[in-house]
Amino acid sequence: MRAAAIILAKELRLEFRTRELLTATVIFALVVVVLFSFAFDPTAAESRRYGPGLLWIAFLFAGSLMLNPSFAREQNNETLDALRMAPISNFAILLGKILANFIFMSLAEVILVPVFAVLYNLSLAGIVGRLILVLVLGTLGLTVTGTVFSAISAHARMRELLLPLLLLPLLTPLLIAAVESTASLFAEQPALDRTWLAFLAGFDIVFLTASWLLCDHLLEE
Amino acid sequence: MKARFAITALVALLIFCAGYAALFIAPDEATMHAVQRIFYFHVASWNAMFCAFFVACYASVAYLVTGKRKWDALGVSGVEVGVMCCTIGLITGPLWARPVWGIWWTWDAKLTSTFILWLLFIAYLLLRGLVEDPEKKASLSAVFAIFASLDIPLVYLANRLWRTQHPQPVIAGGPGSGLDPTMSKVLLFCLFAVFCVMILVLVDRYRLELLRNEATELRYEIESRGLDASNGQETPALQKGAQ
Repeated sequence: MRAAAIILAKELRLEFRTRELLTATVIFALVVVVLFSFAFDPTAAESRRYGPGLLWIAFLFAGSLMLNPSFAREQNNETLDALRMAPISNFAILLGKILANFIFMSLAEVILVPVFAVLYNLSLAGIVGRLILVLVLGTLGLTVTGTVFSAISAHARMRELLLPLLLLPLLTPLLIAAVESTASLFAEQPALDRTWLAFLAGFDIVFLTASWLLCDHLLEE
Repeated sequence: MKARFAITALVALLIFCAGYAALFIAPDEATMHAVQRIFYFHVASWNAMFCAFFVACYASVAYLVTGKRKWDALGVSGVEVGVMCCTIGLITGPLWARPVWGIWWTWDAKLTSTFILWLLFIAYLLLRGLVEDPEKKASLSAVFAIFASLDIPLVYLANRLWRTQHPQPVIAGGPGSGLDPTMSKVLLFCLFAVFCVMILVLVDRYRLELLRNEATELRYEIESRGLDASNGQETPALQKGAQ
């Protein structure tokens, strides 16, 4: 656990030196959100129908790009080998990176969600707490699978293209559950859909367990 | 060699008979008529697909546990043959749906899940093509195959909760359902025939993968000895074999 915290601190220090990943992610998601405003007419009723889907598509696309450097940047100077030599478990390395990506993605969402609500005339009043719960569960699923797949695609050619190809089909159940539970919050009568929330939690648990079981094979040399 | 030829001929005869049975022996369906006959191969290809992906999933786990390359070879063979069966299913489905439902495709739970399944295993094959190091390729693709297999029930559950239109199971779908006895006999025969084709292709693909692995290993060995390869007599033959 302490080892994972150290890896997390390293990732955060690396990122906040330049903040380039975070900036690029936020801008990319904004571009997607703006492009969607041309794909359909963003009136209040339409926004309520398409808004949640649009928001999550933007997050998923941004995430599939943002997660790529997580392991890919360890390739340049073979620093992953150095990490592996440290007397810590492979899962600590993976967990540290998952947590770091979770924090980056959450920070991006903290900026994006209010902007999105303003641009698409959606009211966040009274649903912030429940929306955060949905965002946390959805983002956790995205970062767990995304970090694992980042470790996979780091060894491949064309890794920037490969990661979305591996990740996005796998995330379809997460997308459905996240969109449905967000939509239940943006409805006329906001009421959190518990089935979908439980589904999101289940998704997180399944893939977190799988990453824990498989991380030795993922990071082996 | 002779035995393999005999088995291949036998399976070809079997699938020919299955085609004959589906077209001429099976009785006409009351509302769908001849269109319904595609069902014998549609269902059979799904059955074969599930078996192939099950083999792939089992082989992936076995590879990670034992680390033996033959399991990796079996894994990739299972995925490739499974993708082939899945493609047949995805093509025969719309051919049937157009006259019966009036639409080629609908975003129903089973159809969507299968489509995602197909995309996931295509991604698996892409991943294998893009990783150079054979050891890495084997372990990373096995990890991905396990993740993909875990995802499939979730995809199905999510879509099931969301919307569904596919015909309910006919054979064991509660009271009032059931097949004509001749139909079910033909169906069983078709299931068996397509299953045999799948196994035949799978075994051949597995042999090919083993040969490929052996060729790659030999090439590495020659390269690691370096000097011998550049002036030895083996070089031309080896390059020919590598292509």
